Amino acid sequence: MAQAAAADYATIVQDWSSDVTTFKGVPWGKAMMWIFLLSDTFIFSCFLISYMTVRATTAEPWPNPSEVFSLEFLGAPVPLLLIAIMTFDLITSSGTMALAVNYGYRRDKKKAVRFILATAFFGAVFVSMQAFEWYKLIVEEGVRPWENPMGAAQFGACFFMITGFHGLHVSAGVVYLVIVAYLIKRGRYDNTNYEIVEIAGLYWHFVDLVWVFIFAFFYLW
Amino acid sequence: MSSEVGQQHPLSLYFWIWGLLFAVSFCSYLIDFYQVGYEVGTMGLRWTLILVFMFIKAGYIMAIFMHLKWERWALIYALLLPPLVLLVLVYLMATEADYTWLTRVVYFGAEPYPEPDPPPTHAGQH
Repeated sequence: MAQAAAADYATIVQDWSSDVTTFKGVPWGKAMMWIFLLSDTFIFSCFLISYMTVRATTAEPWPNPSEVFSLEFLGAPVPLLLIAIMTFDLITSSGTMALAVNYGYRRDKKKAVRFILATAFFGAVFVSMQAFEWYKLIVEEGVRPWENPMGAAQFGACFFMITGFHGLHVSAGVVYLVIVAYLIKRGRYDNTNYEIVEIAGLYWHFVDLVWVFIFAFFYLW
Repeated sequence: MSSEVGQQHPLSLYFWIWGLLFAVSFCSYLIDFYQVGYEVGTMGLRWTLILVFMFIKAGYIMAIFMHLKWERWALIYALLLPPLVLLVLVYLMATEADYTWLTRVVYFGAEPYPEPDPPPTHAGQH
């Protein structure tokens, strides 16, 4: 076991010094998507780190997300209810996407397309719930990027930047998935191994991954 | 280890991870539902739980759903090592933020809170 692990590590040097393709067995589209996601990681991290900075610098109380995002249910406020539903919705979409990738590699075109569209549907539902959340915050609670009635003024700027940028990714992902599903259905990828589904899937799982961090740092912290 | 023929895994694996992500998400939601950390001095517990559940979820999404577990080490390291430099930025900004907060309290008459988190007056309102 330890020997096998050591051999695995040795492949790093071999792969990088092989003077040919570094990422062996990885289709170029997939490698490019990974590198794009890596750069995206840095953008989201910059948002989250600047959020950490303003939250730590303000001497005013930070609005309590648990109360700000609570939802009335059966006559009592339930903390973070909508956010929890959004989280489960996004995980579900990640699950259907994983199935789509799997069916793609099994060359089951019909099921792959169906699961990609299901993923796009859950993504659209997510964006709709986010629109509702924004509406509630802007219209009913009077949160603005420069002020809000609950406390530290920076709350709004952080909220709109972080969730807005994430929502933009989800929206773009829905469009991307629908296009991919259409092209698969039309037969554009019939001569390939259907890596396109995995590439689209990587993007989609990344959106889910970012939400995990937003959920932890912005909503729960 | 290589993905020359694409990723072929049994469907049950994805269902298991799917269920696991649901369960862990539910756990992290419970942190807020039961208002862990609202008692004075238990904030550390809340933060620890949040981070633990976060890393479990992120780890499984990357390892299984994004198939990193089956990629070659060259790719895994190319993806996981660079973000570590962000920790330097976190450290720098955290130190700087501490100083800024102190300046605001000492020189601009801002009312100091023990830490810039929800003040304890919010506790037990639900």
